[in-house]
Amino acid sequence: MIDMNPPSDSKAPSELGQSFAKVSGAKFDRKMRLRWSNKLFRIVCIGSALFVCLVLLCILVLMLRTGILTFSNVSLAEFFFSTNWDPENEHYGALTFILGTLALTSLTMLISIPISVVVAVFLAEMTPPWLRNLLRPVLDLLVGIPSVVYGFLGLTLLIPWLRTISGHDLADGLLAASIVLTIMVLPTISRISDDAISAVPNKYRDAAYALGANRFQTVIRVVLPAAKNGIMYAVILGMARAIGETMAVVMVIGNTAQLPNSLFTPTAVLTSNIVMQISSVEFDSTWNYGLYMMGFILLAISLLMIVAVRMLQKKGGRNS
Amino acid sequence: MQPFIDINKLNLYYGEYHALKDVSIEIPERAITAFIGPSGCGKSTLLRTLNRMNDRIPGTRIEGKVAIGGTDIYHDEVHVESLRQKIGMVFQQPNPFPKSIYDNVAFGPKQHGVRGKKKLDEIVEQSLRSAVLWDEVKDDLKRPALSLSGGQQQRLCIARALAVEPDILLMDEATSALDPISTFKIEELTHELKNRYTIVMVTHNMQQAARVSQQTVFFLNGEVVEYAPTQRLFANPADSRTQDYISGRFG
Repeated sequence: MIDMNPPSDSKAPSELGQSFAKVSGAKFDRKMRLRWSNKLFRIVCIGSALFVCLVLLCILVLMLRTGILTFSNVSLAEFFFSTNWDPENEHYGALTFILGTLALTSLTMLISIPISVVVAVFLAEMTPPWLRNLLRPVLDLLVGIPSVVYGFLGLTLLIPWLRTISGHDLADGLLAASIVLTIMVLPTISRISDDAISAVPNKYRDAAYALGANRFQTVIRVVLPAAKNGIMYAVILGMARAIGETMAVVMVIGNTAQLPNSLFTPTAVLTSNIVMQISSVEFDSTWNYGLYMMGFILLAISLLMIVAVRMLQKKGGRNS
Repeated sequence: MQPFIDINKLNLYYGEYHALKDVSIEIPERAITAFIGPSGCGKSTLLRTLNRMNDRIPGTRIEGKVAIGGTDIYHDEVHVESLRQKIGMVFQQPNPFPKSIYDNVAFGPKQHGVRGKKKLDEIVEQSLRSAVLWDEVKDDLKRPALSLSGGQQQRLCIARALAVEPDILLMDEATSALDPISTFKIEELTHELKNRYTIVMVTHNMQQAARVSQQTVFFLNGEVVEYAPTQRLFANPADSRTQDYISGRFG
């Protein structure tokens, strides 16, 4: 038998309705405060997001505003399609540097992605716990090493070694730079991929093993596809670092404004050329504007590459 | 006659922990055997011993003998991948791969070397039909498996397990995460499947064991208290602890 009489302290229905019907007139009423704090929180969040976008926009405008002045003295065609960079004689062809940056980044990614993914799989899937707990902090430390140190290593160890095996007098060039960059981005890509692989739920591995797959099949067919997004993210971060890296590249690429005819020929990329020349140009010269323009192109290339990777990822990820 | 699965004096340790104690049971062919008992009593552990999934847990140690079809599956020369191909498993949580429905079912056959689109199409259709899922998904096999409902996902997992043509199907509380209607569908499905497969299921649900199984094994603290034909075990248990458990006095 249910007691139909409400307990004596309960509210009458009309009283209950009143309690949430509307905010009372008082200025610092609790309901008013809650409403305002909610609004304020919203505004702060939106504001922060807008601020980040604004900063990016400001950087783009700043680089472009000065860079665009280049084209009052130099034709678009010359700047983008000529390889003759000789500012003292009024030649401003930046193609060498643009191609150099693209080639260096691609070569670096070509070498570093396979190695990093293998390292990540090894770390996440095969290493015994004690070794994993040793290797992860070591890789994290490697991420933080200043790039100039990597440059020194390239200069004193890598280049002499490359000279012996290639037979060139100067082994500075794309290969040396991309090996140094690979060593630099390897810890980044492999640690983030390692996290992505470790985050793949064990239930997928169980399912694969229970179907009679061995470890290799499980990793290739199940774990890596499931970790694809995280690995892509790692690749983007690594690539962004490779495109923009300056110090380590300057030290091993040779800094000569010429199209290389081999991987061992000294050449230059956007970053190395900017940093080598910016300190010696006049403030109002076309040379200076040209360097700004190159900075803008660098920015555009990195944004485009990131967008491209994102698009690829969407296209491939339909089923996940 | 030799029993299909013969477990003899099996002891299993996770490191120091003694998880299964002197387990000896026989499981008949083409019938459903249910493992019941309170949580942590070792029933899932025993199930995972049958397809050697416990090998994946470091520190597991086994004594005694598990023979399937007369072969000791813990013998050094047993090829674990082939063993698992012959013993399908369905888990507690539906765990389809984040791939399409088709790719989920075709996964096993592809791993075992089946090639050719026509052959694979055939296997996928047959497996989905066996799992009574075909009519619900046949229009778009390229759909992501994760867009299916929980009950459909679990039937997809059954189809995926059937696609590698196993002889035994292990179900580890396969319906405990599902709603009553999906549970009913899967129970119905097991009725069909037992004519072709030997099914071993772990269940928390005693009514389920009573409804679907032909033989029931009752576990307590890593030991087999009693096993018998299901009707007899529920109607007339030999051990007072079984009586207490099935009448709901504990667990």
